[in-house]
Parts: sequence; C-alpha cells; structure tokens
Amino acid sequence: MAGMELLSDQGFRMDGRKPNELRRIRFKKGVFRQADGSAYLEQGNTKVLAAVYGPHEIRGSRGKALHDKLLINCQYSMATFSTQDRKRRPRGDRKAQEMTSHLKQTFDAVVLTELYPKVQLDIFVEVLQSDGGNYCASVNAATLALMDAGIPMKDYVIACSGSHMRDTPIVDMNHLEESSGGAEVIMAILPRCDQIVFLEMNSRLHEDHLSGVMDHVMVGCKDIFNILNQQVQDELCQKTELDKIVTTG
Amino acid sequence: MSVDIRLASSRPAGTDLYHGENPGNIVTPGDVITADSGFMRGHGTYMEDECLHASVAGTVERVNKLISVRPLKTRYNGEIGDVVIGRIRELAQKRWKVETHSRMDSVLMLSSVNLPGGELRRRSEEDEKMMRHYLKEGDLISAEVQNVMSDGCLSLHTRSLKYGKLGQGCLVCISPSLVLRRKTHFHNLPIGASIILGNNGFIWISPTVQDKSEESGGYETNLQPIPKLDREVIARLRNCVLALAECKMLLFDTCILYAYEASLKYAVKDLLKPEVAVEVVDLVRQRLELEGS
Repeated sequence: MAGMELLSDQGFRMDGRKPNELRRIRFKKGVFRQADGSAYLEQGNTKVLAAVYGPHEIRGSRGKALHDKLLINCQYSMATFSTQDRKRRPRGDRKAQEMTSHLKQTFDAVVLTELYPKVQLDIFVEVLQSDGGNYCASVNAATLALMDAGIPMKDYVIACSGSHMRDTPIVDMNHLEESSGGAEVIMAILPRCDQIVFLEMNSRLHEDHLSGVMDHVMVGCKDIFNILNQQVQDELCQKTELDKIVTTG
Repeated sequence: MSVDIRLASSRPAGTDLYHGENPGNIVTPGDVITADSGFMRGHGTYMEDECLHASVAGTVERVNKLISVRPLKTRYNGEIGDVVIGRIRELAQKRWKVETHSRMDSVLMLSSVNLPGGELRRRSEEDEKMMRHYLKEGDLISAEVQNVMSDGCLSLHTRSLKYGKLGQGCLVCISPSLVLRRKTHFHNLPIGASIILGNNGFIWISPTVQDKSEESGGYETNLQPIPKLDREVIARLRNCVLALAECKMLLFDTCILYAYEASLKYAVKDLLKPEVAVEVVDLVRQRLELEGS
C-alpha cells in the first residue's frame, strides 16, 4: 500500500522524516509555581509534564528513609485523554508501574544521592499526549525538571528510541512505528561521558544489527542533548544578565 | 462585574536583555569547569577523572581556590545567622519542628526560646507541658539560624525580642535565591508597614506596631482589627513583591519601596495583571540603574 510502508523506497518514513531524523523538540522549564522544579516537553506529538518536589522530609512512614543517601520516589502516569482510545488508568496500571521503576532506576544512577541523606525527592511525570517514545520524553522532561529544581546530577540523562527497518537503523520512533511489530531499542545515556544508564529492547532484533542500531540511537541522544543544552544555557545567560543590574546598582 | 481574560500566548515576555554572547561562567550539569587539580571543590561540583565537573545548572563562582556553582533555584541552604520565617509543623520532645523550605524540618529547641517574663532559668517539666501554649502547630515564627547540623538540618533560636511568634500579616513565599543578603532583614517601611525578608524566601508583611509588650514575651497575638488603609498598603506590598519575584529581581528594602511608589498609580488588584507588573518592575529597574551609575 502506497504511503503506508514504514520506510519508502525513497528512504522516507511514514511521517516524512529521514531515518536518522528526530521529531521537533520544544520545552519550557518552570511551568509550576508550587513545585521546586518542573518542565513541559514536546517531542513531536508526545507531550509530557514533569514536576520535582524536594528534597524534603520523608512523607509517610519514616522507616523508608535511607541513612546514607537520598530516597527517590517516582510516579509515572498517563492522562485519560493521552491515547487514541479514552481509558481511565487507575494508579495501579501495570505499564505505569513498570515505567515508574525504570524511571527510578535511571535517576538513582545519575542524581548525586549521597549529598542528601535521610530525605526524599519526588519526581512526578504525566503523559498528556502519547505518540510513541513515552519513556524517552519522560526521562528528558524529568532531567529538565531536576535541573530547574537545582538538584545535583552527574550529567544530563537523555533517552531515545530506535529500530531497524529495511536494513537501515531509524531513531526516535513514533506510535505507528512502535506498534508495527518491529523491534524497539530504548536507551538512556549520559551524553558527555558516553555511559549507558538504561537499555531496553522489545521484540526481536538480529544480533548483527544491534550495534548499528545502538550507535544510531546514541547519536540521536546526543542530538537531543545539544538541543536541550543550547536552550538551557540561553535561559541561564538571560537570568544572570538581570542579576547584574542589582549587584552593580 | 468586569472579567479580565487573556490568552497565555498574549502574556508579555520578559525584557530580553541577552544578546547571544555567553559570558563564559555559565555551566550545565556535566560540564568540565577545570582540569587543574589546584582548586577545591565547593557546592554544585563533583570530581571525576581528575576534572572538576558542574553538577547543577548555574553560574560558576570562585573565591580564591574554592570553586562552586550556584543554581538559579534551590531549596533554602541555611547559614548561621540567617533570619528565617517558618511554620510550626509538629511538637516533639522539648522541641518544635519548623518548616522553613529547607530540605529537612528545622528544629527550635525549648531551651533556645525566650519564655514569657523574660527570666533566664532552667526549663522545667512544667514548661515542657506548656509548649503548645506558647507555639502550636500552624503558627508562624521568625527566628535566626543558630547552627547547621552535619546532615543539613537547621537549629533555630528566638533569643531576642525581634524574633518570635508572628501575629497578623501576610506571608509571601518566593525563591530563596531572590532575597539579597543584607545587614538587616527587618524593615519598618515609612508607609506604615513592616516587612521581614527571610533568607529562606519567606517574606512577612505586617502592619507596624508601636509598642511591643515585653511581659508576654511576644506569645500573645494582637487580634484587633486592622484599618482598611493599612490592609491596602499590605496588599499592595504583597503584589509588588510578587511582581518583582516574577521578573526575577533580587529583593531588598529599597527596591520594594521603589516598586511600591511606582505602583501607586494603579489599583492594588491591577498589579496582578502581568503587563502592569512588568511595567512597575521596569520602572524600578530604571531607577536602580540610574542611582547605580
């Protein structure tokens, strides 16, 4: 069927992207006033809100406190209206639980947890519109929210997905590509020290293709990193410019 | 009744003062600050592969050999001698737990408060039973940081008549990094209101009181109604503080006073409109620049 193949003969994907092309990324930091840090991120049609509260006193049972490091508490949820079929998802959704634990693992590895013993940090992620790459968008949004909250981290954590189609690796998959039944590799990396924090693969992929896909996903992550880092730096410059007036004045 | 509706996209963007050049001291997490091993690492940095990396997004600050990175926005990191405003959260053995927007609840020991009567004596069991009588959950206090524990927990004291329980007034919470460190944080403004700029980003605006009763030790709150004129002054000050904080201006007494004067041509409630707030802050900024040069 014309126009519906995952990768056309001309080398374009269904939404008109090239195999190694990312979707448009837009974000805004500090969208909530109540939270210590927050961010809203769009990757194509995937839209995610992340909020960070803390570090603060342990809420709930005191027994959860870790005596030598920070306790990270994540919560991932999807809005009722985020997918094509409207669906109420109570808190115990299995997919959300899995995602929550993935996020927790990811950020445990990158936040400098030993600086904040006996306290707790909450990371809440809500998917407003889901069009593939939910984990990736959640990680990227949460990274920005953590930065907004001033939480010390080793590096940015950037996540990106990828696959292999018609002998070409593709990156940053949308929902149609994800649900086509092909393999999907999801990777979260620390872009500046080239470390992999999280790696997941769904479905089957030939062994020979794996390293090629991983390389391309890695490049995709670094592209995302450059986009995010540029805007974060620009915003910082603007703020410090403002401060000068008072300190010199 | 008129209703004011606007689209998010039509909100005024902050004045764009930045013209593209990176001043060079801006870092984001993971950036290498220096590969030189002759420096000491301060807050917001970490050591890896014999290089000093930044761990937060902010500006690099260097004091002699100490390098630290100051993020734009954080929880309050207490220092000894800071003036803070806090809310009592809980009563425990001989102490109050106080919420101060720090990473842990701060502690106010029974032995570090002035008891009514002002006499200095040992705290007996009687006093312990009376603790809820002095300060109960939900009360606001002003205090000074006495000590910072190794885990970052703050210990407070109110052993001066200027500290203690807060009565009637208005609390504004802003980011702690927006409060400029000054010699004094208690100001009696000439417009009939007092303001306490807590280092922890809590700001207390109250009507000026003439005589502070000393025998009650400041635990009795004056619940007399406040005249409408004073309340308007307080509301205007609150909106001015919020406008300044929204535009990321550092707060101190002069700039709040300037904002108050610049806002006088508007009604109090109009100050909540973004474009009015931006205009008032612009006027303050111009006036500060004029006096600075």
